[in-house]
Amino acid sequence: MAKAKLMDYDKALELFEPVLGFEVHVELSTKTKMFSAAPNNFGSEPNTNITPTCLGLPGSLPVVNEEAVRYSISLGLALGCEIAESSSFARKNYFYPDLAKNYQISQFDEPIAINGNVEVELPNGRIVQVDIERAHMEEDAGKLTHVGGSTGRIQGAEYSLVDYNRAGVPLVEIVTRMIEGAEHDAPELAKAYVATIRDIVIALGISDAKMERGNLRCDANVSLRPRGSDKLGTRTETKNVNSLRSVERAVRYEIQRQAQILADGGTIIQETRHWHEDTGATSAGRPKSDADDYRYFPEPDLLPVVPDPALIEELRAALPEKPADRRRRLKADWGFTDLEFQDVVNSGLLSEITETVAAGATPQAARKWWTGEIARLANAAEGDEGIDISPAQVAELQQLVDEGTLTDRLARQVLEAVAAGEGSPREIVEAQGLAVVSDDGALIAAIDEALSAQPDVLEKIKDGKVQAAGAVIGAVMKAMQGKADAARVRELVLERAAAL
Amino acid sequence: MSDLIHKSAAELAEMLAAGTTTSVEITQAHLDRIAAVDGDVHAFLHVNAEVSLAAAKASDERRAAGAPLSDLDGVPIAIKDVLVTTDMPSTSGSKILEGWMSPYDATVVTKVREAGLVPLGKTNMDEFAMGSSTEHSAYGPTRNPWDLDRIPGGSGGGSAAAVAAYEAPLALGSDTGGSIRQPAHITGTVGVKPTYGGVSRYGAIALASSFDQIGPVTRTVLDSALLHDVIKGHDRHDSTSLTDEWPSFADAVKNANVKGLKIGVIEQLDGEGFQPGVLARFHESLELLKASGAEIVNVSLPSLEHAVAAYYLILPAEASSNLAKFDSVRFGLRVQPEGGGTVEQVMSATREAGFGAEVKRRIILGTYALSAGYYDAYYGSAQKVRTLVQCDFADAFSKVDVLASPTAPTTAWKLGEQLDDPVAMWRGDIATIPANMAGIPGISIPAGLADEDGLPVGIQFLAPAREDARLYNVGAALEALLEKKWGHTLLSQAPELKGGAL
Repeated sequence: MAKAKLMDYDKALELFEPVLGFEVHVELSTKTKMFSAAPNNFGSEPNTNITPTCLGLPGSLPVVNEEAVRYSISLGLALGCEIAESSSFARKNYFYPDLAKNYQISQFDEPIAINGNVEVELPNGRIVQVDIERAHMEEDAGKLTHVGGSTGRIQGAEYSLVDYNRAGVPLVEIVTRMIEGAEHDAPELAKAYVATIRDIVIALGISDAKMERGNLRCDANVSLRPRGSDKLGTRTETKNVNSLRSVERAVRYEIQRQAQILADGGTIIQETRHWHEDTGATSAGRPKSDADDYRYFPEPDLLPVVPDPALIEELRAALPEKPADRRRRLKADWGFTDLEFQDVVNSGLLSEITETVAAGATPQAARKWWTGEIARLANAAEGDEGIDISPAQVAELQQLVDEGTLTDRLARQVLEAVAAGEGSPREIVEAQGLAVVSDDGALIAAIDEALSAQPDVLEKIKDGKVQAAGAVIGAVMKAMQGKADAARVRELVLERAAAL
Repeated sequence: MSDLIHKSAAELAEMLAAGTTTSVEITQAHLDRIAAVDGDVHAFLHVNAEVSLAAAKASDERRAAGAPLSDLDGVPIAIKDVLVTTDMPSTSGSKILEGWMSPYDATVVTKVREAGLVPLGKTNMDEFAMGSSTEHSAYGPTRNPWDLDRIPGGSGGGSAAAVAAYEAPLALGSDTGGSIRQPAHITGTVGVKPTYGGVSRYGAIALASSFDQIGPVTRTVLDSALLHDVIKGHDRHDSTSLTDEWPSFADAVKNANVKGLKIGVIEQLDGEGFQPGVLARFHESLELLKASGAEIVNVSLPSLEHAVAAYYLILPAEASSNLAKFDSVRFGLRVQPEGGGTVEQVMSATREAGFGAEVKRRIILGTYALSAGYYDAYYGSAQKVRTLVQCDFADAFSKVDVLASPTAPTTAWKLGEQLDDPVAMWRGDIATIPANMAGIPGISIPAGLADEDGLPVGIQFLAPAREDARLYNVGAALEALLEKKWGHTLLSQAPELKGGAL
């Protein structure tokens, strides 16, 4: 697919103000589906997690999943929304083979949560308030697999397979108000907003929140307003954005693409666009107009959802700390510099470091391990399942260093073994005999041998050229196979040289 | 022909309890009757004698072991084809579901089986319950046992005709705008539309979800009460089913007494537009009730003027959405356009071939009524009328215990007579639609024969939501008064069916 002509990003920002809006779909990790008792499991054999209701069989009826309602209320509260005293379901009518009933049960004019606000922190430290218009409950559609085409899309496919395991999985759709004023940070804001939603649902424990699995899906609306104009531009809605990085790239791409079209005197078509991870570009989907007619009407098979106010208060009291508040608290607690803290946030390591500190390590030590050696190992393991190191193991490793059992170098060696699944740090130290030699007798024997092997160095040390000791220390460390504390060796070398 | 077919369900239950007959005998008698007359009547779309007799045999074994499942264990029943069943096809009278086997039973079917009743087969109906004559069945019309040239009412003409022709003592129906009560009126039988939510809709192929209600179709008020007692109650598969504890409706029949009962006559349904013979039998019934101590007053429900128009906007709107699932993807008919085609083209060809004219008419109407720009004027306004109807009923029931009206404006018309004028047929639902608009229960019982054509006429009673027992009280009382006056049941006056072997 040919990339569209793109305007330089800075130039685009000179000429236009980007206006954003997001619709994020969150799949809830309830035990059963939104309107039936079918299991809500990912990865099962196709068409096994289904009931007559999931298939829209004649005579079947939906029943609201109370767990999904509780999750939705919690999410609404975490987004700072008001929870509606009464909210109701509606039918969104359109024909598509992944939609068993050819209508989706959603919420239309009476969503469960309205008028919220989320604080989003950008990598440069800027904080942006994003207003939430609404969060509403609905059901997911089934999954189509198009077979025979080159693109995997419906165009050109010979036939399509449909799996209704996902049909009826509970979703909450979070809709922002129009976001103005993001300016140059628009792509970063897009990424940070979705990351914030992800952090919130993870903290609430209501979704697996894996973008690559579609647990969290973002539709990004982008339009450009010419500088000096107060008229909004035509927007596009980019779908199929399956990672945080893609969200950022897709928004940047749309800004550059639209700017070039407008600068060339063209017009933006109101449409959905598909993001292509491989080419880093969007392509036109189906035209979308505000007049799309879904013939919404109240779902007659379901009663309104009228949550007990006591339940709402109970869920409010159980809310975890807001991610922004948590970040502020942790930064103060840990005493990191701005740069150090941003690095941790951007690497998504807040929870890991929190847990490592809770397991006994100092914040700096925890940060050093997670942003340093573990990140390096994780990068090296790229493409695989990732690496499996727990915060408790990191804390244990640091403890071994602190008590002098391991040097930094040995500790890195132990960490690799941990990552390879060979056991806990202590088990590995024991199994491989990696502990530092703390027996001065053994060290002194090695030092004496090294000194006698390098009489010229001994002379230099005796003459007060202390830096010459390095050569001896190196020889001793080598003789001890690295299992010695270099600082202690240095002390002993100087002692022995003076005594000889 | 065995006399067993002329017994009521209550009488058959007594005979079974006394050991004077068996379920196999009873079931065989009804299967024989079906074989003898259903070639003419065409009440049934599907009968499986083997399955029915096996169920009857199992019932007899339970009874022999002293463990019948209920008083009605072993009594046969006919099931409207709108209800899904695992052992018989479920088509809702449509070609689009021809031969379709459901993997699950409707909740009412489960309840009927759990009470030991013996399903005889599936009864004919207007396609997707859209119609008042059963002429819109994709499998050909059912004929009225009183006059084979006439319609049996609809949409549940099959269930009503089966009961009227002694092919089954009991039947299940569904009533969205009168589909149980109007056929009862037309065929001289009893039909009850319970309070909305009183009986589960799970497994009833939806026409208009906010109106649909499953109910009994029988020859006597007691039999309706007995069947209603079997099928009533909350179902966790149906969110709109009520959690109420219901009284025994059979007890309401047995203790029937109208002394002091305040009966309101709906002014808007008593006069213009109603056949003289229909009105004559209606007023006769009221006189009998009055003589037994009931108080008769007139009440006005002014909103009824707009009820039919509003109903015929809301119903198609809901139906257009409910029927969207019939797209060939997961079940039912699939029509491949010549040379293949996209999924949209297959869906379109299937729906073109699979739906009848009345169904298409209502889908188009409903789609239009819900469209952007028309929603407020049509669907929105209709819902406001619905609220007004509910308010009118609430007001009326603050003054009276039950309301009364003729069940329908006319007696049975000739097959084909109204097919070219759908709106005229819709207007015939004027007396039954209001109960569905308000979610309240209604009963139709035989009131006699119209003088001008000698065809059956029904009287309808309506009660406040959840007060279904009042209908059994007044219905049973009037039934007894009328049969005492006549000296026989109304159905005994029906001409004998001759010929018509399958």
